[in-house]
Amino acid sequence: MLEFLHTPVGPLALNDWISWFFILGGAFFSIVGALGIVRLPDVFSRMHGAGMVDTAGIDMILIGLMFQATEWIVVVKLGLILLFLFFTSPTTTFALARAAISGGVNPGPKRREPHQLKDQKAQEETTSSNT
Amino acid sequence: MSTAMFAVAAIAVLIAMALSMVRAFVGPTVFDRILAVNVSGTLTVVLISVYGFLDGRPDFLDIALLYALINFIGTIAVSKYMKFGSLGHPHDSNDEGDV
Repeated sequence: MLEFLHTPVGPLALNDWISWFFILGGAFFSIVGALGIVRLPDVFSRMHGAGMVDTAGIDMILIGLMFQATEWIVVVKLGLILLFLFFTSPTTTFALARAAISGGVNPGPKRREPHQLKDQKAQEETTSSNT
Repeated sequence: MSTAMFAVAAIAVLIAMALSMVRAFVGPTVFDRILAVNVSGTLTVVLISVYGFLDGRPDFLDIALLYALINFIGTIAVSKYMKFGSLGHPHDSNDEGDV
């Protein structure tokens, strides 16, 4: 398929260059998104890392695989997988965010630090001793 | 040469799956676990595709397509279960739902 993609450019053919670009980019975005899932502070910000894996990482790897296909049906199947993931991933994130909010996860900022709590406690003690 | 390309993709996907499984084990709430398992399933789709290319048998793409659909349905079902506490009945009603 598409014979002009197989013309050699330097040490590799043209489709190999394109595939290396997309696969390395997809690998980068997948690992960075997974690091975000591990390190970000709460559920709603972890969804950002999951979104990076689901869109940038997955789509770039699948597009990189498309340039290595030898038959058109393989390209069509990869395109179908890409299309399903492209539509189902935001739907899943939406449903999960709704479930998390109704499940009692606080989407606001984190609670106060311990030293702030101690200051507040001391202030409450002084006000209660005054009254 | 293209084998090295597929191997790089497979190793990156495996690293990302390992990191998301860390969150699935550690995660303080159940929604963290659902999110991590969903991402892990999405990465499994890509891993199956890459393995098909690595093995020279692109027929694996059919299995990957099926796995993408099952992963979506499963995550939606678990999210609905966590929100409503039931799969068969919608909120405040005795009618059968869409599941």
